[in-house]
Amino acid sequence: MKKSFELDELDCANCGAKMEAAIKKIDGVEDCTVSFLTQKLTLTAPDDRFDDILKQAKKICKKIEPDCEIIVK
Amino acid sequence: MKRKQKKVLVRIIAAAVLLILMKIFAPGSGLWAALCFAVPYAVIGYDVVWKALRNIAHGQVFDENFLMVVATVGAFATGEYTEAAAVMLFYQIGELFQSVAVGRSRRSISQLMDIRPDYANIERDGVLEQVDPDEISVGDVIIVKAGEKIPLDGIVIEGESSVDTSALTGESLPRTVRPDSDVISGCINRSGLIKVQVTKPFGDSTVTKILDLVENSASKKAKAENFITKFARYYTPAVVFAALALFVIPSLITGGWMTWLHRALIFLVISCPCALVISVPLSFFGGIGGAGRQGILVKGGNYLEVLAKTETVVFDKTGTLTKGVFNVTVIHPERISEERLIELAAYAESYSVHPIAKSITDACNADIDRSRIGACEEAAGRGVQAVIDGLDVCVGNDKLMDDIGVKWHPCHHVGTTVHVAVNGEYAGHLVISDELKETSKAAVGRLREIGVKKTVMLTGDSREVGEDTAKALGIDEAFTQLLPADKVARVEELLEQKSRKGALAFVGDGINDAPVLSRADIGIAMGAIGSDAAIEAADIVLMDDDPLKLAKAIQIARRTLRIVYQNIVFALGVKFAVLILGALGFASMWAAVFADVGVAVIAILNAMRALRTE
Repeated sequence: MKKSFELDELDCANCGAKMEAAIKKIDGVEDCTVSFLTQKLTLTAPDDRFDDILKQAKKICKKIEPDCEIIVK
Repeated sequence: MKRKQKKVLVRIIAAAVLLILMKIFAPGSGLWAALCFAVPYAVIGYDVVWKALRNIAHGQVFDENFLMVVATVGAFATGEYTEAAAVMLFYQIGELFQSVAVGRSRRSISQLMDIRPDYANIERDGVLEQVDPDEISVGDVIIVKAGEKIPLDGIVIEGESSVDTSALTGESLPRTVRPDSDVISGCINRSGLIKVQVTKPFGDSTVTKILDLVENSASKKAKAENFITKFARYYTPAVVFAALALFVIPSLITGGWMTWLHRALIFLVISCPCALVISVPLSFFGGIGGAGRQGILVKGGNYLEVLAKTETVVFDKTGTLTKGVFNVTVIHPERISEERLIELAAYAESYSVHPIAKSITDACNADIDRSRIGACEEAAGRGVQAVIDGLDVCVGNDKLMDDIGVKWHPCHHVGTTVHVAVNGEYAGHLVISDELKETSKAAVGRLREIGVKKTVMLTGDSREVGEDTAKALGIDEAFTQLLPADKVARVEELLEQKSRKGALAFVGDGINDAPVLSRADIGIAMGAIGSDAAIEAADIVLMDDDPLKLAKAIQIARRTLRIVYQNIVFALGVKFAVLILGALGFASMWAAVFADVGVAVIAILNAMRALRTE
């Protein structure tokens, strides 16, 4: 499944790049891109593990930029 | 400016005023001086310090906030109070500028793509209601008033109006629509009220497809962008360790550790790779946005990169270089009048569904009175034999004429020749051909001007027609009588012939050429408005069907790449220069601030040029 999410308060481009690199390392992630310009995160992961992976991704974002949040609609 | 940005601006002004006051009134050195300069420092930098502390707790050592804090606190420690406060001040000015500039270009791009309709008008129980376009189903009749966006793709069933497609195609001339015209979502209804029968759900509508494409374009990163992010990952730690080494090693050998500490701090100020990390994707984003404004949709920065290297352009003929609409272009009657020839041919062909038959019936202005047609028989691959007004009429190609033993003669005009015989006697012929687009010739010439080495045309048409078209347009090579599978094979051959660094672009109308579009280095679909297959298969979509846009797209791509390389070279150049000068003691902390923030600002301003494509 490929889904994209908005990122709130992503203030620094380098942080976005760091997030992308870190999320790609989560076990099971097929692809991930963080776009600082569109303030969007696109995550591709297997359906059955998606929610779990998203949770881990959120944690990573918080760790790299504490103000930044993945908005799940 | 957002509220958050305004707040920072107020702090910047306050801190600047305080800093000037301190410079005038505070003592030059000593504890009091440190305390005095700590005031503007706190005003401007408290959030940076806070973020730095918080990120340390999260184990983020190479965070830019942390590095700034170490650099400035270090400056305090070495007695450079003014510098410490000023560096923080400039850092914040730079950050503010970055966020304003990025916000602005983001907005101007989204404005460009401001085609998403907010609502659709539908009549329910005699009342006009505004509903979410998502709720409309296929077959529903929606009402579009003057000035509104057409929310879904459909067919006009009532009313007449002119429609502005500029947001989608960059074409400023409005299009007139009347009952039976197709309309595309995202266009603006300029003048009258129209009723539209919806043909596609919102999820499949043109507007949704285009928006998806634009939004996803940022996730397809160019090689240059990936290089920069990778570079950034090693750059910061490398500079920080270099700073540490610069402080420790010479101090141990020569002493004077205050001097070396100061130089090491300069390194820390330059250690953030932000200028690059922002400006490279911003340039691509700007290039994609600028191209979008011209009706050129690019699916990602990586495609701009390839497009800029285009060396061979392969065209599909029908629908790309030609209008794809067959028209009767020549009427050569013998013994009967032109009108009569057309009329007989149209009557004979009136039951046929062949595109050529359609073009003949279209050329005959009168309505067909089918009671005048008697027996009618179609011979596949030959033509039609029919009895019209009691006359035995044969309409078809030379094979049909030979079959019935009628002497015919060829026509010197290029195209498909259709002969007509009446009661066994030759009555003349019609030539049906596809018209060239007005701009095709100019487009091929323009490609050559901008340095495309080779142009090739592929077509399923006969050799005569194909070679004639290629010659008329000035195309280098033409391959004719190709089946769709042959086209892929030809493109593969051409891919082998080109140089390793150059790219091959294939331009087609997206109908039947999806395999070729994906086989080429870069697939460009043209006139793709409303054609889902093309939008999906291509890397770049030209919204209207003007082939001149091709050269424009290549130029935009090249310009974007030029800006990207300028930024990379400039930012890295300045940073390394200041690093070296700083290590040798020739650069001050002011120079370091410039290398960090100043360079970022200049790179961003340069990146924003990519958006302007005029």
